[in-house]
Amino acid sequence: MSGAIRLRDVTLSHDRHPAVHHLSGEFAPGSLTAIVGPNGAGKTTLLRAIAGLHPVDEGRIERPVERIALLPQMSALDRSFPIACLDVAMLGHWRRCGALGAIGRASRAQAEAALEAVGLGGFARRPVGSLSAGQFQRLLFARLLVQDAPVILLDEPFNAVDARTAADLLRLVRDWHGQGRTVVAVLHDLELVRREFPETLLLARDPVAWGATEQALAAANRLRARMMAEGWDEAAAACERAA
Amino acid sequence: MLYELLIAPFAEFGFLRRALVGCLVMSVAAPPLGVFLMLRRMSLTADVLAHGILPGVAAGFILAGLSVTAMSVGGLVAGLAVTLGAGALSRATGGREDSALAALYLVALALGVTMISASAGSVELTHLLFGSVLGVDDPALLMMAGVATFTLGALAFAWRPLVLECFDPSFAAAEGARGGAWHLLFMGLVVLNVLAAFQALGTMMAVGLMMLPAVAARHWARAVGGMVYAAVGIAVLASASGILLSYHLDVPTGPAVVLAAGAAWIVSVLAGPVDGVLARVMRRRHLAG
Repeated sequence: MSGAIRLRDVTLSHDRHPAVHHLSGEFAPGSLTAIVGPNGAGKTTLLRAIAGLHPVDEGRIERPVERIALLPQMSALDRSFPIACLDVAMLGHWRRCGALGAIGRASRAQAEAALEAVGLGGFARRPVGSLSAGQFQRLLFARLLVQDAPVILLDEPFNAVDARTAADLLRLVRDWHGQGRTVVAVLHDLELVRREFPETLLLARDPVAWGATEQALAAANRLRARMMAEGWDEAAAACERAA
Repeated sequence: MLYELLIAPFAEFGFLRRALVGCLVMSVAAPPLGVFLMLRRMSLTADVLAHGILPGVAAGFILAGLSVTAMSVGGLVAGLAVTLGAGALSRATGGREDSALAALYLVALALGVTMISASAGSVELTHLLFGSVLGVDDPALLMMAGVATFTLGALAFAWRPLVLECFDPSFAAAEGARGGAWHLLFMGLVVLNVLAAFQALGTMMAVGLMMLPAVAARHWARAVGGMVYAAVGIAVLASASGILLSYHLDVPTGPAVVLAAGAAWIVSVLAGPVDGVLARVMRRRHLAG
């Protein structure tokens, strides 16, 4: 469906403190990858950088595809915003419609079908403020369906949602994988990662492991990740490693 | 009797008709902007802008006296400078935008008052600070009408990106929606409307017709569009009733209009169907499904 997303010695930072340190590798087209690691390990920052929302400090991110859909962490959004579910789903049409383009009957039907597919049929006119956390996450998945992008980035997609919602949404992720889309998800549930995700990137600021899930999650690596998460060193010198 | 109360004042006095037209024109354009400001949690920004334009207005006043054109140009320059300056300042210092705005607004207000006091008397100062709804002349009226027309046209074009940018700015950025550019256009509209309102309500209350109806409208609708209609309706009501009240009770007109809008806000907080106090107290029986 598209070329690989290649990271070449990528460093991302907040205030010069690296959040992701000298990361190289690639997300192959059609791969299904989990990113795991302790809090503050740069997982969200990496996703945002791939989506073009965070500046790349050093190195390069090669994106041969033009459309990348990002599911943000739910807490980043104002869930009391006065907007109807169908309108949120239709935001997924932005690339095609822009600020002024007409939204035809076909586009509307597509958004309604997406709501149906995530189990929110009949919610079209409901304001998002009336949704539970799980329903809101379903709605954001509906928007992803409408976006129909070849690369999909998910930031903690199953956090704060009930088990049934998580199972339903996971089915969508499997469908995307089956359709040959590239899917990258930040996750915390290692059991889930083992079960469903063939590839894993274990990140703790420095990349710890990247490859087949079993190897990447081997116990030694997990231990190492915990040790490396000591975080922010006020006195840190400038990194000497060649860029 | 009703004619005496509601129609006769306007039929009799030209300056009241002018005041009414001026306030109604503002009531159509400013409240929608207020709704967007509220949704972006920038309710205080408009107020800061209204104070921020004062040095520019004062400069225009010093150069050309109470001329609408000179004061508007000065105010426009100052308003845009404050908007861009506050944005740049908060990005550069990594601080929160609201603290930068608070600092700017205090400096601007003090500077403006100093400039005007140094070159004119307290009558002019009062006029600039508190406005004079009844003193709205033709140039001021034309400017208000022009600003309102432009605002409504621009909002019609910018509606979709503005809602998107309010609801999910990082989605907007990822999809290449140029949220920043739309935001800049929006802030430009706010500056223009504050300037127009300034002609009638003065620096201190210029945003009364922008923010109060918008905040009140939150209690009447669950969609952005509905909120905008409600806000415009409330502003129109507040304008007419404020002017009538000031005429019958012989109180200053600008504050009366803003007070009327304030009363509408209180009623909305109490009796509005969305998150209103009454709706919460008088719990109705739950629905069957």
